[in-house]
Amino acid sequence: MTIGLSHYLAVAAILFTIGVFGIFVNRKNIIVILMSIELILLAVNINLVAFSAYLHDVVGQIFAMFVLTVAAAEAAVGLAILVTFFRNRGGIAVDDAAVMKG
Amino acid sequence: MNFSTDLSLALPELILAGGALVLLVWGAFQSRANMVFSLAAVALLVAAGAAAVLGPMGRGFSGGLIADQASAFAKVAIYAASAIAIPLGQPWFQRRGVNNFEFPILIVLAALGMGMMASAGDLISLYIGVELHSLALYVLAAIHRDNAKASEAGLKYFVLGALSSGLLLYGASLIYGFAGSTHFTVIAQAVEGGANVGVLFGLVFLICGLAFKISAAPFHMWTPDVYEGAPTPVVAFFGAAPKMAAMVLFARVLAEGFGGAAEQWRQILIIIALASVAVGAFAGLAQSNLKRLWAYSSIANIGYAVLGLASGDTAGVQAMLVFMVLYMVDVTGFFACLAALSRDGRPMETISDMAGLFKERPGIALAMSAFALSALGLPPFSGFWAKFYVFKAAIGAGLGVVAVIALVGSVVAAFYYLRLIKVMWFDASAGATETPPVEARTIALALALFTFPVVLVALAFLDPLAAAAAAAFGLA
Repeated sequence: MTIGLSHYLAVAAILFTIGVFGIFVNRKNIIVILMSIELILLAVNINLVAFSAYLHDVVGQIFAMFVLTVAAAEAAVGLAILVTFFRNRGGIAVDDAAVMKG
Repeated sequence: MNFSTDLSLALPELILAGGALVLLVWGAFQSRANMVFSLAAVALLVAAGAAAVLGPMGRGFSGGLIADQASAFAKVAIYAASAIAIPLGQPWFQRRGVNNFEFPILIVLAALGMGMMASAGDLISLYIGVELHSLALYVLAAIHRDNAKASEAGLKYFVLGALSSGLLLYGASLIYGFAGSTHFTVIAQAVEGGANVGVLFGLVFLICGLAFKISAAPFHMWTPDVYEGAPTPVVAFFGAAPKMAAMVLFARVLAEGFGGAAEQWRQILIIIALASVAVGAFAGLAQSNLKRLWAYSSIANIGYAVLGLASGDTAGVQAMLVFMVLYMVDVTGFFACLAALSRDGRPMETISDMAGLFKERPGIALAMSAFALSALGLPPFSGFWAKFYVFKAAIGAGLGVVAVIALVGSVVAAFYYLRLIKVMWFDASAGATETPPVEARTIALALALFTFPVVLVALAFLDPLAAAAAAAFGLA
């Protein structure tokens, strides 16, 4: 069996789904949500690189580089906000983030 | 196109990016924000706005950056809203002992990202613009870092914003793969005469991601929490400029990239528009916190803007642009009123806090009434003209039934606007309020004067400018 484009797309789709479910189903820890976000971005990167190889077009790989860079910045900002949240609340459980409802 | 021409097209972005870095170094040395610092940030935004209007037009960076009538129109509106947010926010934070020099810098960086969104001609620059403004907005939501609500708002905004960026990006990757390019113009050629399933799949994800950013239903769930938790002047900024940038980006992607799939995306937009109007009208009925109430009001109002876009022609885009500009004035003004009001050192944020406000603060009460009536769409306030444009465009594009349903939604929403006015004017006062700070009161009253009567004069200028901007999208 040769590994073709559709296999890469399937892996990316599965990773993406796991990431989205990780955000919504997980009720424990906000760090897990950050990991799920990374998973989504990695799924996108697999897609981009696979398409780039398939189309013989380098733009997809450039796009993937941008995504990697922005993902790092996003993680930094997310963790910084998480630290302020922890200092106010003394915990990072998902259920802690429920002062506002309605 | 050589490199210097490319750079000249990106002049507003270069001014903001360079200026933000200079401000950052300056701020690091003085560590406390002061008047001069804020004024420098405002001056940067004014300079960038002038560069957007007076600078050369064209496409640079191999089509990735577009400077045209539409981007100039959007940038002026975005930079103006950002420039108002700085004098509104800085003294507000100072009085609460959160005297961070980062506030004006973050506004400038957000404005830089929003300008890039308005100029994006490529999926990569689209993504960079969206992320640049989002990252600044996440931090702004949580900038009051000793406040539990603000940090929770920042966290919720971050998680759902990152999810929406993920959706948008997944859509972008599929579009890239199945259309063969990230350029809107090349995508348009691939989509001409009907898009294939892969591209449509990607387009749906892209629309979902953008709908998150404009807080349109069914992707609105972050909005009430973020509006309630974030500092009031920051919400005044959130409600206005980012929505404008995302709507222009929305129009740009759909018109330039997916003209061939217009039948498909118009249907999606109609559903989003009606869902937003319904959610905003009905969920708003149950709210007692004014910031939450106004979050639902903004969801409903963005529904009307999307309805303009759903018309899918130049008149529809023009209606959307006029609507967004007039709505930006409404929302900024309303939150300026809220930022101006406090009682016993506490902000007044619930409807019952507003009881008898007319006897206490007649000026602010009048301004708030004007903004509420305008958001409701009552003539002759600006909100009426905004909705008038949208409904005219929708009916012209054969969406008469949809327009009628949206109109019913605004009748439902009338209940909560009128209740607020009734409480302010006729209920017994709940005690003396503190003297409103001069900057918030000035901004609130000036914007209230815009909703009526200045809007009648302003429309004479806004109409042709929006028409020229809408024509730049090249729709029928």
